[in-house]
Amino acid sequence: MVPLVAMKEISKSFPGVHALKHVDFEVYAGQVTGLLGENGAGKSTLMKILCGVYSPDEGSILWEGNPVTFSSIRDAQNQGISIIFQEFNLCPNISVLDNLFLGRELQRGIILDFKQMREKAEKIFSYLGVDIPLEKSVGELSVALQQMVEIAKALLLQVKVLVMDEPTSALTEKEIVKLFQVIRDLKSRGLAIIFISHKLDEVFQITDRIVVLRDGQRIGEVATKESTEGKIVEMMVGRKLSDFFSTREARPIEETVLAVEHLSGPPYIQDVSFTLRKGEILGMAGLIGAGRTETALLIIGALHPTGGRIVINGREVHFTEPAEAVSRGVVYLSEDRKNKSLVLEMTVRENISMSILDRLSEILFTINFQKERDICGDYISRLQIKTPSMEQRVRNLSGGNQQKVVIGRCLATEPHVLILDEPTRGIDVNAKAEVHKIITTLADKGVSILLISSELPEILALSDRVVVMHEGRVKAILENKNLTQEQIMQVILRKEKENYASASA
Amino acid sequence: MKNIAKKIFAARESAIFLALLILMGGIYIFAPKFLSFSNLYLVSRQISFVAIVALGELFVILSSGIDLSVGSIMGLSGVISAGAMVVGIPIVISIGIGLLGGMLLGVINGVLISYVGIAPFIVTLGMLSFARGTILILTKGWPIINIPPAFLVIGQGELLGIPIPVWIMVIVGGISHFLLTFTAFGRRLYAIGGNEEASFLSGIRVRRIKFTIYVLSSLAAAIVGIILVARFNSAQPDTGTGWELDAIAAAVIGGTSLSGGSGTVLGVFIGAAIMGIIRNGLVLMKVSPYWQTAIIGVIIVLAAVLDRIKNRRRG
Repeated sequence: MVPLVAMKEISKSFPGVHALKHVDFEVYAGQVTGLLGENGAGKSTLMKILCGVYSPDEGSILWEGNPVTFSSIRDAQNQGISIIFQEFNLCPNISVLDNLFLGRELQRGIILDFKQMREKAEKIFSYLGVDIPLEKSVGELSVALQQMVEIAKALLLQVKVLVMDEPTSALTEKEIVKLFQVIRDLKSRGLAIIFISHKLDEVFQITDRIVVLRDGQRIGEVATKESTEGKIVEMMVGRKLSDFFSTREARPIEETVLAVEHLSGPPYIQDVSFTLRKGEILGMAGLIGAGRTETALLIIGALHPTGGRIVINGREVHFTEPAEAVSRGVVYLSEDRKNKSLVLEMTVRENISMSILDRLSEILFTINFQKERDICGDYISRLQIKTPSMEQRVRNLSGGNQQKVVIGRCLATEPHVLILDEPTRGIDVNAKAEVHKIITTLADKGVSILLISSELPEILALSDRVVVMHEGRVKAILENKNLTQEQIMQVILRKEKENYASASA
Repeated sequence: MKNIAKKIFAARESAIFLALLILMGGIYIFAPKFLSFSNLYLVSRQISFVAIVALGELFVILSSGIDLSVGSIMGLSGVISAGAMVVGIPIVISIGIGLLGGMLLGVINGVLISYVGIAPFIVTLGMLSFARGTILILTKGWPIINIPPAFLVIGQGELLGIPIPVWIMVIVGGISHFLLTFTAFGRRLYAIGGNEEASFLSGIRVRRIKFTIYVLSSLAAAIVGIILVARFNSAQPDTGTGWELDAIAAAVIGGTSLSGGSGTVLGVFIGAAIMGIIRNGLVLMKVSPYWQTAIIGVIIVLAAVLDRIKNRRRG
């Protein structure tokens, strides 16, 4: 079979980095090709070359056997290659319809032909089996629907190759099922789909073949049916999968450090109660939009509660801003690393010391730079942050190392309560295992951890107990004993509220 | 040694400093009088006024804000100080009253921007108009004259052959550099400009810092307004008109990013120098004032374009 697109011997360097070394990559019509690798393995670079964002230093791209060059995204789109980025390329403030035809509006003369655009849009959406109001602004849609808009946009371009970068990272289980239906359908219509994901179970569900990259090189290709998760992980990380997931041992019940009682607040948090004990890891599960992040923001004072109490070490607190929470040892790590955690243009050192500048200040409010360097150096080595020096700009670090920098910042405050919001989102398997280790070590040292995660395996592997939230409310608090993903999902999906599962503390 | 050279070359300021030298060389060729002591004396004094206002603006722009009211605050502070002196209040106290008056307006800006949450552009635009109007109400459009001669030294005097305003610029610049580079306040300000949300969530008191910078900005403006009274031996009701643009331009030419998070005191000094030297050079070369204004406009945009190109190359 002749591949629809074949990338041959692609090499690409950036200042200081050899991103790709002689990589071959083929996609076939009517197949879903999985592209796997750790962060920094070269997946994004390879896809950006395919889509015309970068041009390769060496190598060529063949379209049905004929050489082609793309000098812009538009070139690639005209050939039939479209990419849906992890962070969508939509304008949130304008309508669905306008987004679909952005830059490619249909016109009659000089007037926009809304009728024809609307018809086309409706046709695509009914084909995808989704019902999206065309006049709504994209920002009001759920992430899943925004993704459908992206797919619809690609289909409008008569796409033949569709690249999906981490398409499921923000979707619920149900939405993922729906997405997979759409992908299978597109496949049966002869599209070639490239599926990039960190979630191996999904890769195994949806792909036909898997190509693995590591350190900018192609490690190998396997037919999905003939492979196993263990084997793929081995190819990705270059070592055996042994201690990636270890469950925690049961630990003695200690005193309550944080008690949230009947907490209500914007935008839709209703009557949330739970307790967090010393040295406990309390998992917080739920779908996107369940109100987990908002609960965290209410606790640290970034949002202001309209009702209920927050009690820390037996004393009620009213934080008016996160600075007050930090000074009382309650620290939050945001789910949005680039937009809400890091100052990308600042150095590793400056990012780590951001929350402890008061402690580093001396006479005349000057920062004690020596002390600052000592503390940062300490966290860089303890967390094994890979950076040429602490003066490196955080922008230049890989996702996993960036995340460790933020964790370093949180730890530098020596917190009693650490709220981790999706601490392993978008980081590779190795870094994930390291972050998990850091979390358990902290808990063992007596730090109380509220772990918000959309990955149930992560919650199950780390938590002592699990708070399940749905639509702004706590649906259950479960002991993590023989708990399964299915049980948690059932709690989320169960409509009746009176059937609370097990008792809280 | 090689490292130091590398560092100097890589510094953001080096490119604009080079531009400044080329500019000075160019002007010298066409107007040799440019490098005469008496001309440099005048130019440096002129530059110092803009530079001090621009230093205040630097703090605000670092947070990705903007202060359009500095020109009017200058004028009003000068009028308040001059008025106090004329009615017989001791000079030092009059200066203090003028500075406090300017800072009070900064406090209003700061409260509205950081605690009420109105956009800096709107708040300071309103303040620009309000403060200028207040000047006209107080002076009825007439200059305040009969300034006590002892006061004039801060605008017209010199120390070791260097004009007093230049010394004041050096002091204000030194303090600013100290604040920005060595204190937690400065570090936090850069962090806010780089990513406000992240700064807030990581425990920086964003509102307090944003409030402070508008007070500092109006203080810098008030200082210049008062020196200018001494310089011209009167408080003119139109003093400071349009200076907000010169201050912003000096900051931008000096490499300060309007999106916040990057900019230095040294850059602002060089930016103010470029503006002042171009103005002076055009006068010496007998270019018409109409052309001067147009040329300054081109330089400002050119500086922004160069900065953009430089950043793009860094990727």
